[in-house]
Order: sequence, then C-alpha cells, then structure tokens
Amino acid sequence: MNAPTGSLRAGPDANGHFGEFGGRYVAETLMPLILELEQAYIAAKADPAFQAELDDLLKHYVGRPSPLYFAERLTEELGGAKIYLKRDELNHTGAHKINNCIGQILLARRMGKTRIIAETGAGQHGVATATVAARFGLPCTIFMGARDIERQAPNVFRMKLLGAEVKAVESGSRTLKDAMNEALRDWVTNVHDTFYIIGTAAGPHPYPELVRDFQTVIGKEARAQILEREGRLPDLLVASIGGGSNAIGLFHPFLDDKDVRIVGIEASGKGLTTHEHAASLAGGRAGVLHGNKTMLLQDEDGQITEAHSISAGLDYPGIGPEHAWLHAIGRVEYQSATDTEALEGFQLLCRTEGIIPALEPAHAIAAVARIAPTMAKDQIIIANLCGRGDKDIFTVAAALGVTM
Amino acid sequence: MSGDRLSTRFAACAAQGRAALVTFVTAGDPDLATSAEILAALPGAGADVIEIGMPFTDPMADGPAIQRGNLRSLAAGTTLRKVLAMVTDFRKADDATPIVLMGYFNPLLAFGPERFAAAAKAAGIDGCIVVDLPPEEAGELAPALAAHGLHLVRLATPTTDAHRLPTVLSGASGFLYYVAVAGVTGANSAAATDVAEAVARLKASTSLPIAVGFGVRTPEQAAAIATHADAVVVGSAIVDAIGAAAEERANDIPARVAAQVAALAQAVRTARTEKAA
Repeated sequence: MNAPTGSLRAGPDANGHFGEFGGRYVAETLMPLILELEQAYIAAKADPAFQAELDDLLKHYVGRPSPLYFAERLTEELGGAKIYLKRDELNHTGAHKINNCIGQILLARRMGKTRIIAETGAGQHGVATATVAARFGLPCTIFMGARDIERQAPNVFRMKLLGAEVKAVESGSRTLKDAMNEALRDWVTNVHDTFYIIGTAAGPHPYPELVRDFQTVIGKEARAQILEREGRLPDLLVASIGGGSNAIGLFHPFLDDKDVRIVGIEASGKGLTTHEHAASLAGGRAGVLHGNKTMLLQDEDGQITEAHSISAGLDYPGIGPEHAWLHAIGRVEYQSATDTEALEGFQLLCRTEGIIPALEPAHAIAAVARIAPTMAKDQIIIANLCGRGDKDIFTVAAALGVTM
Repeated sequence: MSGDRLSTRFAACAAQGRAALVTFVTAGDPDLATSAEILAALPGAGADVIEIGMPFTDPMADGPAIQRGNLRSLAAGTTLRKVLAMVTDFRKADDATPIVLMGYFNPLLAFGPERFAAAAKAAGIDGCIVVDLPPEEAGELAPALAAHGLHLVRLATPTTDAHRLPTVLSGASGFLYYVAVAGVTGANSAAATDVAEAVARLKASTSLPIAVGFGVRTPEQAAAIATHADAVVVGSAIVDAIGAAAEERANDIPARVAAQVAALAQAVRTARTEKAA
C-alpha cells in the first residue's frame, strides 16, 4: 500500500475506513444506532459546552494534565537516550481508560441513554466505566469473561462497590473477546435505552475515531510538555498495544511529525513462534470481528484463535483498525515484547524509579530498555505509562515464583 | 432473477395460498455425518427452504442455543469447505429445495469472496445471509455473489425506520428477512400484531417475499406468523433439540428433527385456512 498524501491525522473516511481497515460490520439492528451515535458525536465535537464540560471533568475529576516525568535513574541505567514517562497511571482509577469513559458517558447523556454497558478483560475498563456510571448516576452492567473473573477478583469487587452489575460470560473462551460478544448481544437487545462504552479504539465506526479522540489528550499534553521541557519534539514515542487506545492517544498528535519515530509494542506472550501470543499485527491476518476489519489472530478457516499474554489488558486477538492501517503504510513501527521481557521491564521500573507499572506498559518499558541504549544521550524518548501495577502484583508474584 | 430455486419455491407456496417454512440448522452440528442426514430429512418433513448456518467462533448476533450449535460443529471439525461438500451431496438427491447459507463474514473473507461465490454456486447454494455485513460494507462480497447468480439476502429489523429501509433494500434479492425482535436469535417472541404491521410496512416498499424469523419456536407461534408473512423461519428451537439429543447421545437425531419440522410444517400449511375457518 502506498503512503497516503496529506495529513495522516485526517482519517477515518466518511464510512469509517482507515485504508482497508475499520468500517461498520454489525448486525442490521445496530446500524441505525451506530449512525445515530456518529451524528451525536459530530454534534458534540462542534459544541463548545461539551468540550468545556469534558475539560473540566478531566482536570478536576481525573486529575489531568498527567505529568511528563524525566526518568533520570532509568536513563542512567540504560545509558542512552533521555527517557520521559507520560504518567497516565496517576489518573483517577489508575489508568488511561478513564479519559475515554468520561467522554463517552457525556455522549450517552447527550443522546438521552439511561443505561450503560461495557466489556472488560482485566477489569480496568470495567472499573473506569463503573466509576463514570456512578458519577453520573446511571445503572451499569459490565460483561466479563468467567475466566477473567477468577483471575481478577479485586477489580470485580471494585466494580460492585461502584454499583455496577458484573455479568460472568460463560460462552466461548470465557475471556475478553467473549465479553465483547456478550456486550454486543446485550446492546442489540436493548438498543432503545442502552449506551455501549467500548474500552479500546476498536469496534464499529465511529468507536475507533471517538475513543482515539478522547485519548489524544495524552499526546496533546505530552507534545506541549516536551516542547516546554526540552524545546523540541521527541525522537521516539513508545507505547504498548492490545486494542491500542493508549498508544493511538499518544501517537496521533505526532503522526505528521515525520522526524518523530513511533513504535508500538504488541504482547508476544510466550513468543511469536508459539501460538501463545497476542501480536495480531506480527502474527495475524486481515479479517472482520467485533464490528471492524482489522488484523486478527485466526486460523486458515477464518475462525478466531485464542490470544495469550501475561497482561490481561493485552490479551485480545485483534487490534484497533487505525493501528492496522498505520502498520500497513509503515508510519508506525510495531515490535513486540514477551511475557518474560515485560516482567523484566516491570521490575526495572520498580527498582530504578520507584514506580510499579501495570503489566501493559511494562511491555513498553521492555522495549525502551532494548532501544534506549542504541540511541545518543541527547536524544529523547517518551514512553506511555498508561496504568499502575497494583492490580498485577498477584500475577507478577506467581510468575516470579513468590507465594504471598 | 426469475426461474431460480428461491423464486420458484416462494411462487409455489404463494400459489398454494400458504407461507413457506424456512428451517435453520447449523452445518456440522453435532457432527458432519449426522448433519448431512438431518439435511436430507428436512424437505420430506416439510421444510420449503433450508437455511444452513456456517459455524463461527464468535457468533455475536446469536443467542445461547445457536452459539452452542456453532461450538459443537467446530469441535467436530467443520470447515466451510466441508459445508459446501455436504450441500453438493444433498443436491444429488434434491435439486429443488432452495438452500441459503447464513453466517458471519470472516470465514467467507478468509476463504476469498470470489472463490467462495464460485464454489457455493457449484455446490448448489442459492443465496447467503451474512449477519455482520450491512449494505455499507457489502462491496467486498456482493459483486462476487451477483456474478455467480447467488442472492444476497438482506435483513430488516424493528430498528429499520423509513429513512433506513431504502438502504437495506438497495441490492436486496431472493427474499427479505425480517428480524422480528431487536435481539439475538432464540430470544423472546414478537407479538403477532407487531409482525403484521411490520410486514405490511415492508410490503409497501418491496415486492420481495418477506420471511420472518427470531423468536419463532413452536407450531403455534409459526402459525401466527404464517398468517401474515410469506415465510416463517425457525432456527433456535431446532438447534436446541439437536443439542439436547446430542447430549443424551441419541442415535435418532434426524428422525427427531424431522418430526419437529413436520409439526411446524403442518401448522404453517394450515395457518391461513384455520384462521379463515
């Protein structure tokens, strides 16, 4: 595919396509609602009152802007480029997910919807959704794979404390993709009053666009902050990718800055040569699932295969369609990190900076540890620290052979 | 496209003053051999049109019954190629009963739209319903199907308003499938009066036969729909019965399905005369 001319930030097109990816592959029952959502979002974007309310909540409820922190000891340890961390783990609820949830619940209210549903894997998006539902006084149902419920008991309890109903999904592989199937089934059954808050920059148009837009607050802040601190743009951006909402949020405001190298990190689980990974770009093919065309882990018959990652947040067989497109045109470089490398990145950040990262951004830290030493000392890296690691200490302890 | 199996069959049913019975089974459920026997038994039991589900790992528009049918089929090793082979075998004994494949887009995309259309036509398939392929995204499949003389059946739903309907109808062929309830397959039933209104509304905009499905489980429900619609689709109830029979390792699954379909056919065939009487 030839690189398009003009801005790389102009997508998607009117039908929600990023190149061959994206689109609206949903049951006909949902089509009128998807089109209505698109119109509502267009109107909201043009409404200064909507933006003002969003900005106010991001500042006073979420705690934005998040700091851009110079990781001095990590930089010294790796002995290469200067490393800055975008501290989205300091947000209310401990991850970037809340940026999107605030935006979507404001849209839901604008559309007169009175009930919220969402899917969740590790529970972070479920907690963020339950949080905004409580804040706005709307009933909320979270779909979560039965297997994930067993693995993530603390987040299940958090969601319940916040007043959400958590529905265990027993179908299929009983993980994130099945939770998304079940959320879509609920939505198609309750279209009249229900708003579906999708957690990542994927799904049918306009979700990939609107989730991205709500997450670009990360990149817009980072751009202003680095210009203020260093007087120039960074040489490299790094972020981890499951569906890819934190990454597109950081990357998007820099896509047209062609001197900024951009690297996304997929989870390669137990290794790309095994079948136990979640790297849909490195190991997948173009296909259609959950309302969009994108790169998917699938067998030769087009049946979706299981993803694996030590990080439940990256454990998904697809990726947002804009990433699939940025990969196809070569603007963003996609690499991967294994479970083992992520665990090393996790411990490295704990030890050098006193920050316990979530296992998702630990993949980005692993990539930084690999790339920074190859760069000059006056070069600059920004890595997205999209979540804190409290939720992962049990998983990490088990992986390190520690009994708590 | 006159003279093809679908239009011939719908015209024949209309001439008899009755609705057609469309029965849905998932290909390869509970296994390919049994599934082929079920398929062969359907026309004799009274199925006018056969819908065959192509199994998919993530059937997002289906309720628990058909989800389980999909997983039973995949566990038994069903692939799209084997589904097409099964239809080829079926056609050796029956060249009249229309067969419509129903499923999700990804397995077709993986097979290749052009290759699929050619193979489906050669197998004796008459049309396709692709649940997650709305008109806006149909460009990747519709030309290939049309080039091989296969129908792409469109779906209208309770959420399809007057503004949306023309988009649904543009390029629709074979018949129009009315999804009677907003929800997944096997959900609650629609009220017969709502269905009657919807069918009348659709008939004002299209000359295609209207088939009504979702939430039609019993002969009584089928008969109620058959007084208004050109065709009645029954799926989850049959798939549920296959699942229950497979669970108890029954060796007479095709006969059981045939008996169930015969009762549905009887109800559909007499619905309008019963009502008149």
